[in-house]
Amino acid sequence: MVDHDPVREVTRADVAALAAGCAVFGTGGGGPVHIERLATEAALDEHGPVRLISVAGLTDDDAAIVLSGVGSPSVGVEMLGAKGQPATVVREVERLIGRPVTAVMPAEIGGSNGVSAVRWAAELGLTVLDADGMGRAFPEATMIAMNVAGLVSEFCVLADMIGNVAVLRTVDLAWLERQARAMIVASGSVTLGAHYVMTSRNAPGAVIEGTVGRALRVGRALLAADDPVAALCTALGAGLLITGKVVDVERTATDGFTRGAMTVDGVGTDRGRRLRVELQNENLVALDEGEVVASVPDLIAVVDTETGTAISTEMLRFGQRVSVLAWPCDPLWRTPRGLELAGPAAFGYHLPYVPLAGTGR
Amino acid sequence: MSGTGTTANPRPATAARGADVSDIAVGIDVGGTNTDAVALAAGGAVLARTKAVTTPDVIGGIRAALSRVLADLGRDRSAVSRVMLGTTHATNAIARRRDLGRVAVIRLGAPAATAFPPLLGWPADLRETILAGVLLAGGGHLVDGHPIAPLDRDAVRRFLDALHRAGDKTGARGGNAAGGNGSAGDGSGAGGVRSGADAVAVSGIFSPSFPDQEFEVEALVREHLGDLPVSLSHQIGTIGLLDRENATVLNAALHGVARDVTSALATVIAEAGIGATAYFAQNDGTLMAVEQAARFPVLTIGSGPANSIRGAAHLSGAEHAVVVDVGGTTSDFGALAGGGPRESTMPREVGGVGTNFRMPDVLSLGLGGGTVVDPGTGLLTGDSVGYRIAERALLFGGGTPTLTDAAAARGAAIAGRRLPDLDPPLREGLSRALAVAYDRIESAVERMSLGRTGLPLVVVGGAGFLVPDRVSGASEVIRPGHGDVANAVGAAIALAGGRADEICLFTERTAGVERASRTAIEKAIQAGADPARVEVVDVSEIPISYSVHATVRISVKAAGPLAP
Repeated sequence: MVDHDPVREVTRADVAALAAGCAVFGTGGGGPVHIERLATEAALDEHGPVRLISVAGLTDDDAAIVLSGVGSPSVGVEMLGAKGQPATVVREVERLIGRPVTAVMPAEIGGSNGVSAVRWAAELGLTVLDADGMGRAFPEATMIAMNVAGLVSEFCVLADMIGNVAVLRTVDLAWLERQARAMIVASGSVTLGAHYVMTSRNAPGAVIEGTVGRALRVGRALLAADDPVAALCTALGAGLLITGKVVDVERTATDGFTRGAMTVDGVGTDRGRRLRVELQNENLVALDEGEVVASVPDLIAVVDTETGTAISTEMLRFGQRVSVLAWPCDPLWRTPRGLELAGPAAFGYHLPYVPLAGTGR
Repeated sequence: MSGTGTTANPRPATAARGADVSDIAVGIDVGGTNTDAVALAAGGAVLARTKAVTTPDVIGGIRAALSRVLADLGRDRSAVSRVMLGTTHATNAIARRRDLGRVAVIRLGAPAATAFPPLLGWPADLRETILAGVLLAGGGHLVDGHPIAPLDRDAVRRFLDALHRAGDKTGARGGNAAGGNGSAGDGSGAGGVRSGADAVAVSGIFSPSFPDQEFEVEALVREHLGDLPVSLSHQIGTIGLLDRENATVLNAALHGVARDVTSALATVIAEAGIGATAYFAQNDGTLMAVEQAARFPVLTIGSGPANSIRGAAHLSGAEHAVVVDVGGTTSDFGALAGGGPRESTMPREVGGVGTNFRMPDVLSLGLGGGTVVDPGTGLLTGDSVGYRIAERALLFGGGTPTLTDAAAARGAAIAGRRLPDLDPPLREGLSRALAVAYDRIESAVERMSLGRTGLPLVVVGGAGFLVPDRVSGASEVIRPGHGDVANAVGAAIALAGGRADEICLFTERTAGVERASRTAIEKAIQAGADPARVEVVDVSEIPISYSVHATVRISVKAAGPLAP
């Protein structure tokens, strides 16, 4: 049962489903959604529902800032956001662009940032643009749809928990990644950032549309289902790579990134099969007998077989009963530029990209 | 769910023969249905054991259980030097919202974290019961130790003075809240006060690594409000501000309960006429001295599963094993690592509140002796007949098919009874249900073994017959004697422990482990461990994702036998 009605607003009652959906689109990363869910529910209690607008619904007067919490989620559970942070970013962006900001777009729908966007919009009294820059979660600033589409980010505003504001003008997003990292360390390893400003002119074709509503619908299907994994597959248009149990998890920390792999042995009709998933902060490549069956930028989610709840790479444990799902990414990621930025090679895997069948929308 | 009656078991003669009775420990475990007690000889032999009914006031059951084991010990009772109590007082107080104090919540770290106010996501009634006021004050640290802001002493002072005035007006424990809509403090100091307070909870950002400001606020509370109890978050939880703060607020709210139970236990011991020292079991399976238990009552929550895991270890002699305690309604799986319970890395909820204090890694399945079977499909319904099993189950002449009946149909000897003749379809349904139960038990054993094959499975609890004699993934199935009072045994043999966490750069992790080890050992000694025999028992390092420099979170646990 797939719910295709367009979502026009996000209410308090929707937040649980949105969080569940964002966790699935986090594909193992993106930061934990639980605390963000509580804060977003509290924000909607205080400010009321948040309106969602589509890219097609943007008027010439609209300007959407692309917001994301950046840094380490492990530090982020201690160094939580400050109340005035989104407003500080908006004020600075408005000063830079000389016009009012009217909407918030999540930089990434996957993980905590997809949920936070609703809270930020509620606190700011703005609408949410039903789109994001990834359609999932990715670890680096360069891995964003607007960069694939060739849009230039004129500036980046960073507003930390303390009240410090920085405006960075870097030659490209790779330099932004490096410069912003230094600033983020100085701010305590987590901060709030905004870079692109999306308008009715530059957004079409440069963002991944409908992803907030999609995460909400996927979450609703998951929470309402008797058979959550089947419901997820239907809602996502995903294939089930394996149902089994985790028999091995390897993890090492290198350069501040967690790298490793997880192995699932099939149970039931999958008995006798074995799937290996290469992990960094997200699930990146799935191999069956050494053959790539799915890889970035396509999406791979590991979910609890019984509940369908997404399991982040940090929470994978031996013996968990899991189902591994994969579904196609947005076509933008399958362009040469998209694959250069976020294909297997961008993560250090010398493997061919084998696109999953389907359109990803 | 075993032994719902109140009979005292006869003294197990075989265990007592030749046992060293010069120094005896009594372990008491308060469960939802039964209060179990055992007396253990210095060598660990079970000298006496009993099950009493848990009374609504809890202490009545404790008194009854203690007096029975002492009666069984006879003249050896004078050798009882220690009484260890695992109790549900704190859990019950939170679950029933009873006897909780009102707490003034001070958080240090503003402006950081102000979008996530204290008590976020708490059940509204619990929040109303507990919250006296909130102050979000300047202070706290970044992950690298740089101050977020200087400690705003003036704001803390204004808040404490406002609490003092409100206390004069409204009274404290049991007094009515002075209205208000529960909104968080405005940071000005006095704005967040709703009523007088019975206790203060202080949580600073990154205080587990940098605790000084929390101590400073404690001193300010002393100065302004006298001997009001103060709970400091770095002494209670680990990294994760909201969960640690939640645990700290619950701890502060439980001070009154802790005072009552510690003094009641002292009274019960004095009434019994034994000169024993009292200890409280905590959630990681170690003990606290009474003064510690009075200060950290929240740490007694969840001691039941930890005790049952350690008791199973002692009774079976296993060091590394998977343990299952099968009761009437649930089967609780735990893991033994080096003789102690393995801890959970997942946040735990207490009374609807998320916390991150240390708890054993327990996997609870809704599967026990009283679990009701759908006779048509052979599926488990998720319902349990609970303590009414002795009237409802087929085996006892009732009309409800349960897993106990399924095990009996397979030939298990239960309570010396035999099933009546069953229709073939019902027999078939019971058989299918048992297969489902076996499958779930096997998958739980695999989950808890975390990749280690060849671990034994130790079965304790009254419905242990639900576990088959061979379980795939386990090297053997061990059913130790006295398994039905494993939890009380666990309390009697527990060590005193302490723990410390810190986040540091990967390149500085050696120094980080040393610092955390020193702190953990100090905490174990505070909890009653013998300084000469305390040692570090566990060090874990977890890499932190998306950090800019390679960073690890270090967690060290120290434990040792009680000081003589």
